[in-house]
Amino acid sequence: MGRGITGFGAHVPQGRLRRAAIAEANAWFDASLKGLGRGERSMCHWDEDVITMGVEAAGDCLAGFDGHAPPALYFASTTFPFLDRQNSVVLLEALNLPRRTLAVDVGASQRAGTSSLLALLRGGGDGMVVASEHRRAKAGSRGEMLWGDAAAAVATGGGPVIAEFLGGQSLAADFVDHYRGGEFDYDWEERWIRDEGYLKIIPEVVAGLLASCHTGAADIAHFILPTEQARAPGAVAKKLGIAPGAIVDNQAAAVGVAGAAQPILLLAAALESAKPGEMILLTGFGQGCDALLFRATDAIGGFRPARGVSGTLAARREENNYARFLAFNDLVERDTGKRGETDRQTYLSGYNRRRDLVTSFLGGKCRICGTVQIPREKYCVNPECHALDSQDPYPFADKRGEVLTWTADRLTFDPSPPAYFGMVRFDGGGKLMMDFTEVDEGGIESGSRISVHFRVRQYDPHRGFRKYFWKAKILREPVSAS
Amino acid sequence: MAQGIKDKVAILGMGCSKFGERWDASPADLMVEAFEECLADAGIEREAIEAAWFGAGIDAFHVGASAMPMAIALRLNYIPVTKVENMCATGTEAFRGAVYAVASGACDIALALGVEKLKDTGYGGLPQRSRGVENDMYWPNLSAPGAFAQLATGYRARHRVNKRDLKRAMAHVSVKSHANGAKNPKAHLRREITEQQAMDAPFIAEPIGLYDCCGVSDGSACAIVTTPEIARSLGKDHLVAVKALQLAVSNGTESSHESWDGSHLKTTRIAARRAYDEAGVRQPAEEISMTEVHDCFSITELVTMEDLQLAGEGEAVTAVLDGEFDAEGKLPCQIDGGLKCFGHPIGASGLRMIYENYLQLQGRAGARQLADPKLGLNHNLGGFPHQNICSISMIGHM
Repeated sequence: MGRGITGFGAHVPQGRLRRAAIAEANAWFDASLKGLGRGERSMCHWDEDVITMGVEAAGDCLAGFDGHAPPALYFASTTFPFLDRQNSVVLLEALNLPRRTLAVDVGASQRAGTSSLLALLRGGGDGMVVASEHRRAKAGSRGEMLWGDAAAAVATGGGPVIAEFLGGQSLAADFVDHYRGGEFDYDWEERWIRDEGYLKIIPEVVAGLLASCHTGAADIAHFILPTEQARAPGAVAKKLGIAPGAIVDNQAAAVGVAGAAQPILLLAAALESAKPGEMILLTGFGQGCDALLFRATDAIGGFRPARGVSGTLAARREENNYARFLAFNDLVERDTGKRGETDRQTYLSGYNRRRDLVTSFLGGKCRICGTVQIPREKYCVNPECHALDSQDPYPFADKRGEVLTWTADRLTFDPSPPAYFGMVRFDGGGKLMMDFTEVDEGGIESGSRISVHFRVRQYDPHRGFRKYFWKAKILREPVSAS
Repeated sequence: MAQGIKDKVAILGMGCSKFGERWDASPADLMVEAFEECLADAGIEREAIEAAWFGAGIDAFHVGASAMPMAIALRLNYIPVTKVENMCATGTEAFRGAVYAVASGACDIALALGVEKLKDTGYGGLPQRSRGVENDMYWPNLSAPGAFAQLATGYRARHRVNKRDLKRAMAHVSVKSHANGAKNPKAHLRREITEQQAMDAPFIAEPIGLYDCCGVSDGSACAIVTTPEIARSLGKDHLVAVKALQLAVSNGTESSHESWDGSHLKTTRIAARRAYDEAGVRQPAEEISMTEVHDCFSITELVTMEDLQLAGEGEAVTAVLDGEFDAEGKLPCQIDGGLKCFGHPIGASGLRMIYENYLQLQGRAGARQLADPKLGLNHNLGGFPHQNICSISMIGHM
C-alpha cells in the first residue's frame, strides 16, 4: 500500500450564530440578507483564533494515534494572527511536538490547505496538514452570513493508510474572484465566478487528474468543492459527470464556509463516512485549482479521532446575540470600562523563559518524591520534599481534572463577562488556578469535570500581540461523587 | 530559645484619620490627620521619634515609592524611615518594624504609619494592576472578590454546606458589621443593612454580592511605641502592651500542592498557633476579648473564625448565625465596623484594627465600648486564599 491519509481531526467552535439574527439586525440596510437567514454559522469565542482552533483540530487528529509525532507540520490559513512570528511553531509548541519537526506556514490562498496536502503527499513524507480559518467580514455583508470559523487536520504517511493517495494536480490562474489587500475581502459578481471560474478551471484540472489516474467521474463517491455558492458544486459535478449524490455537503447549514480550512474540514467529514474502496475527490479553488484523488482502504473504519467532524458539530451552543458576534470579531468598538484599560504588554524575554509552561503546558514531576506539580519551580512543592532541580517535565495538556473552587467574577475585565476561574485538580496529580472558558450559566460546580484547551488569554491592541495560555472547559459529564 | 515579643513593647499613642471617600484629602493630608492625633495621644513631640516604618500598599496610585513621602509629609527629623509593603498586611508590617526596633533596644520611641489613597483611580473596587511579569502570563485576571469567592465554593464543598445557608451566614457577618459601623464616627459606611438586602444584592463574584464586600476608601492610621518603662516614665498608666506579632507567608503549598482544598486559610492557622504560643494563650475562645479580623469579604471573616480556633471546624455558619461574634455575642468581631464599614485602604487597615483594640482596652471606644476587654486580636490577610500573607497581632493590658 502506498502513501495516503493516516488520520484526521476537526474543530468547529461551539458557538453557532443563527443567521436570522444577522439578517434581523441588518435587513434595514440590505433586505436581501433575509433570503440568506437560514441555519447557523460557527463563530469563534473571543479567545479562539486560527492557532487555538488549529491546536484543537490537530489534537483531535493526534488523539487517534498512539504517540504519533509527524515530522512535518504544514499550517494553512489566510487569517494567521501573526504576519511574522511563525504561527506553525506556536502550534507545534502548543502540541508539544518535537522541535526537529519541519514547521511551515502556508497562506494567501483559499487553496492553502489543499496545496499543503498536495505538497506533503507529493514529497512522500510523513506529516500533518492543519488548516484553520477565522475570517472577518464587514458587518452586514454576505460574507458575514455565509462564512464560518473552523479548523481541520489530516495526517499523512505510508503504512496502514485509511485513504490511499492516487494522484493530484494543480493549476495556477490569477482569476481574481476575490482578494484581500486590506482588512476585508473584496469580491466580484457570483455568476461570473461560477461561469468563468468554477465551471472552467475546476473541470480542466479534475479531468486531467481523473485521466491520469484512469478513473471515471462516475466512480467518484465523495466530491468536495468548497464554495459559498450553494449551486456551484452541482453545476460542476454535472459538467464533469459526477453523480449528484456524491457531492459532499458544504456544511452551510451548520458551519458556513471556513476559507482555507473548508476543503480539509470536508475531507475529514468525507473520511468519517467513507466506506472501503470509495473514491474521494478533493478540490480547492483560488487563483487556480488543486485536485487530489483518494481511495478509502479497508482500514478506513480503524481510525478514530477524539471527536471528529460529527463530534465537534454536535458540541454546539446556539448564539442569538449578534452584538456579541460583532464584539468578539472586533467589528464594533466596545466600552471596556477602566479595568479594560490596563497595559497588557508581553515581556518577550520573560515569555521565552516560561514557554514550556505557557505554550506547552508542561509542569513537573519530582524524581525524588513523585509529586506532580505545575508550575515547575526550582524546588519541589511537596512540603515533605522540597528537593532542588528534581523535576522532569510533565505534560498537562492531555489531562482531565475536576473543579475544586470557582467563581463568576463580574468586577474584573473580561471580554465576555463574567470571568469564570478557579482551582483545578488534575487526574494523576497537580493543581492550578485557571480561567474557565465558555461556561454556561449554572454549568459549573465544585467537582465538575474539565479538560484543558489552548486559548487566547489577552490581546494587546497597542502592540498587535496576543497572549495564549491554557484554560479549563467543563466536560459534559456527571459531577463526581467524591 | 527566643522569648517572643510579649510585654516588651507598649503603645504610647495612636491615631486614625476619618476613613472614606476623602476627595478632599491627599495621602499627605491623611497621614498628618492620623499623626496629629497620635502625637497628642502619646504626649510627645515629633523630635522624640527615633525611627519610623511607613506602610503603603499600591505605590503607583498614590504616594510613589520609598519612605520619603512620609518623611516629607510629617517633616520627620532625618531619622531612619523604612517603607514596607506586604499587600493587605502592610499596616501591621509597619507596626511590626517599629515594635521590633524598640524591643531590640535599637531605639526608645518608634513610629508606625500606614496610608492608602484608593479613591483616585476613577472607578470602584481596588485598582487593577499587574501581578508581576511571570504571573501575568498565566494567572487568571482575578479581582479580589473573584479570588475570595472561591473560598466560599471550597468551604461549601468541604463541609457540604448548601449555597443558601452559607450565603445567609455571610449576610449575617455583614449585617453585624454594619450595625457596629453605624456607631463609629470614623467609619466610612455608617448605615445599618438587613439580611434580606445582603442576600438580594447583585453578585460581584458569585457567591459574593455587593454587601459581602468591604468598602474601598482612603485613610491612614498610626502608632507610636516604646518600652513599658519609658511609657510609665512619661506618666502613662493602664498600659496596652504587645502580646504577639506573627506573620505567616504562603510558600506555594496551597496553590500547587494537593494538601490544600481551598476551604480554609493555611497561613491563618499557622500564624494563629504561633501567636497564641507567643502570648501564652491556651484557650483562645475564652481568653480573647475581641477580634478585628480581615473581613475583606464576609466569607473571609466566617472562615477566619475557624482558622483562629474561635469556632469549630465546619461550625462557623452556626456560630455566626447564633450571633456569637455580634456586639452582644460572647466574642465580638469588628466592633468598630471592620473593613466592611471602614473600607480597606490597604496600608492603613492593620493599624486601624490595632487602633480600635487599643481604644477598647483603654475604655475610650464611646458608644461601642465593650465591657472590660482584656485581650484584643488583630488579623490581616494579604493576597488571595491560595497564596497569601497572614499577620496576627495581639495587644492587651500589661
